[in-house]
Amino acid sequence: MADTLKTLFEALPTEGFFCSLRHVRAHRETLTVRRGVPQPVTLTEDVGVMLSVVAQGGHGYAATSDVSLAGLQRALERALQWAALHARHAAYEVSQYPLMHPVGEYCGPGANQALDWHRGELFARLQQEADACRIDPRIVEWSVTLGRVDEEHRYLTNGGGDTLQRFRYLMPGIVITAFADGETQSRSFGGQYNGYCQQGGLGMLQAAGFWGAGSKVADEALQLLQAPNCPSERMDLLLMPEQMMLQIHESIGHPLELDRILGDERNMAGTSFVTPDMFGHYQYGSSLLNVTYDPSIREEFASYGWDDEGHASEKVWLIKDGILQRPLGSPLSQQRAGLTGVANARASGWHRAPIDRMANLNIEPGTQSLAELVAGIEHGVLMDTNVSWSIDDSRNKFQFGCEWGQLIENGELKGVVKNPNYRGISANFWRSLSAVGDVHTRKVMGTPYCGKGEPNQVIRVGHASPACVFRNIEVFGGAA
Amino acid sequence: MQAWFEQLADAVSSQLQGGEGFTLWFSGERSDFVRFNHGQIRQAGQVFQLYLTLQLIQGQKQAAHSFSMQGELAHDREVLLAGLHTLRGLLPQLQDDPHLMLADTRQDSCRIEPSRLPDATQIAADIAVTAAGTDLVGILAVGPVYYAFANHLGQRNWQETTSFNFDWSLHACGDKAVKRGQAGFEWDAAAFAADLHAAGQQLILLSRPARTLQPGAYRAYLAPAAVGELFTLFNWEALSAQSIHSKRSALLKLVEGERQFSPLVSLSENTAAGLAPDFQGEGFRKPKRLCLIEHGQFVHALVSPRSAREFGLASNGADGSESANSFDMAAGQLAQQDVLRQLDTGLYLNNLWYLNYSDRSHCRITGMTRFACFWVEQGELVAPLNVMRFDDSLYRMLGDQLEALTIEREWLVDPMSYDSRSSSSMRLPGALLSSLQLVL
Repeated sequence: MADTLKTLFEALPTEGFFCSLRHVRAHRETLTVRRGVPQPVTLTEDVGVMLSVVAQGGHGYAATSDVSLAGLQRALERALQWAALHARHAAYEVSQYPLMHPVGEYCGPGANQALDWHRGELFARLQQEADACRIDPRIVEWSVTLGRVDEEHRYLTNGGGDTLQRFRYLMPGIVITAFADGETQSRSFGGQYNGYCQQGGLGMLQAAGFWGAGSKVADEALQLLQAPNCPSERMDLLLMPEQMMLQIHESIGHPLELDRILGDERNMAGTSFVTPDMFGHYQYGSSLLNVTYDPSIREEFASYGWDDEGHASEKVWLIKDGILQRPLGSPLSQQRAGLTGVANARASGWHRAPIDRMANLNIEPGTQSLAELVAGIEHGVLMDTNVSWSIDDSRNKFQFGCEWGQLIENGELKGVVKNPNYRGISANFWRSLSAVGDVHTRKVMGTPYCGKGEPNQVIRVGHASPACVFRNIEVFGGAA
Repeated sequence: MQAWFEQLADAVSSQLQGGEGFTLWFSGERSDFVRFNHGQIRQAGQVFQLYLTLQLIQGQKQAAHSFSMQGELAHDREVLLAGLHTLRGLLPQLQDDPHLMLADTRQDSCRIEPSRLPDATQIAADIAVTAAGTDLVGILAVGPVYYAFANHLGQRNWQETTSFNFDWSLHACGDKAVKRGQAGFEWDAAAFAADLHAAGQQLILLSRPARTLQPGAYRAYLAPAAVGELFTLFNWEALSAQSIHSKRSALLKLVEGERQFSPLVSLSENTAAGLAPDFQGEGFRKPKRLCLIEHGQFVHALVSPRSAREFGLASNGADGSESANSFDMAAGQLAQQDVLRQLDTGLYLNNLWYLNYSDRSHCRITGMTRFACFWVEQGELVAPLNVMRFDDSLYRMLGDQLEALTIEREWLVDPMSYDSRSSSSMRLPGALLSSLQLVL
């Protein structure tokens, strides 16, 4: 297919203008056991291309699932029509569009090996895990799931660019719901949206603690049923990685996306409280805050060699010692804003055009053990695993809720509390960061479900974070 | 395209072996998408995508294979039949599915809305010329959208509509903006120009010094789009039979009769008045109208065939997601022209944004004000609001705090396009609340 694709591309009449072809082939499958019953299996094979042209002073694209020569010719013709109109009404200088011609190959962990995917055996293991979840009649809903995606990305340009990237993604999940006396509580393994998703083979499941997690998750759901509501007051807050990933995502990742700062997303996803003049000096957080865009943790969910417009990725500091350094902006956005960004022009698939997206966005570990973090809190609460997220359109005023809460008094963990929520303002919250956990408190997590863009796109992102402590935060519990 | 689909369905049918059954689901579109920023074109292109999902059934075993397709019959037939072969090899590896439920009577249908639209480049040019010099931001989607179903009983369902949806906002004064949109089957450049002009007039109000409120309880009017945000949140599982039976529904206390909404609240899934197809993936036809909540009391959940089998219920043709596609809320008695006078002093909220649960068991939700929201005193719009967060129970907002619903309702066509263009819509009134709790 790879050579056929190149032959087809070279057969297109693309002389005199820039043309790229982005081909994506994805195989997907998810195995789920819900309430002890294996759920129907759907195999998915999704193949298509996007042709992108910079011609006649404009930019246009056309994506098609018809990868025949006739289909590509029709797509090219439409892309050129859009480029012609864009040239007359462009919202930016088209000369700023980066014309990249990268060459090379990238293979994510496990992607060059056959996957040991024996459905019968895997269903049996998932069934075993599901059976282990049902430890009490108050467990009313439980599901254990394992998803996989194998993807191949080819990027060709009529200037000799030719990259091939292969990826394997795994997405384990356990969600358990307990109910009694009119109260429902859910507890999960890594969040209800596959927070332990990573790249690699099935060995990552053991490393993440997936096998054998069911009974512990169920036990914690039952503990939550009996727990009092989280108290409502200002106190110190210890966030574990399963919540930190959401905190990073919403209040650092999205605000630093350069297309938001440039106004592209104002109609839907929103804008940002960050403005272009802040880079280089703005005190984003306390001096303990170090944030990197890091594609070098290869098992993390959004590691890659090149982004979807052919820009090579490398590790860079976005926030160093609390000071804002650079945005999450692709080369086109960088040109428009006059700022240096990262390789993050990314698309959710062959049928969506690349836009600025966070990829792997991590908090660098500090020096304190988890015990030391707890010991440093006189009056506070530990929260873990996101369950509710809401933030304003400029990514400033937020309110987040967690599945799990535990009070901390005089440096010791105390009782479990349910419905723990907290709220704050991004621009202040990160400055209250008072302690950062060491590498042993860090977890490599991510989400397959980051939504943004018009037309809309859901994309994979990775977040690695240690546990962190924030001083004097507004905390509150449920309504009951 | 319809002939292509039917020939593929016939090809599968002809290859069935003893005791096998199948369903075939098709969704496709040829959509031109144009993003605007600063009144000009930010990103423009076309997406042509065809997806088929073939489900093979043998007794109580089932599995499905989903493919992107080229639209060329010989090629696609080959891919589809190869998929059939793969599924035939997969079924023996699987256990019986106790929740498999299929339509057993043939119910054909066909709805075609031929294009009455100019080429998308003409619509985009109209917008760019009219919006030049403004700070308009938005997304235009234009083109045909297809849904189809076939099965081994010979059932054939087809829906083909060519429509446009232009979802936009006009910005000024920093983060202040007016949100608007047009959608339908005919493009009217003059109507868009008039609407853009009207939005520009509203921006004048937004240029006044903004008001920042202290947290607390305020009288509030929620325009239909803001009401729509509330319904969008609880459409996410709350009226699903599976969520109700697994106790995860945020409206569980309403379903179990422990709480109720105001008698003013009546809500239905009005398929006949919506854009979504009236057939679903297992081949069941949807009722023209399904009452969900009547005079504040729960009436029906959305029951998919799988849930019907699992929980011993009667299916009402809900999709697998058990979400409503065509919400319809009954109108009230408050005339739109009287809203400000009735509100007197409080919040006029045109939109809400990013809602989520802060305590799901009690249907307590949080979210943000967004776009043209105003502080009102003595029936007059006084000042735009700076962004505020609310956190309140839906049982209060649509319960004892609901004073009135408007006589006029708006038809809101969903502009979302995750994976494919949405066919969801809502017809909703505005809502006047005695109080809404702001928290940050």
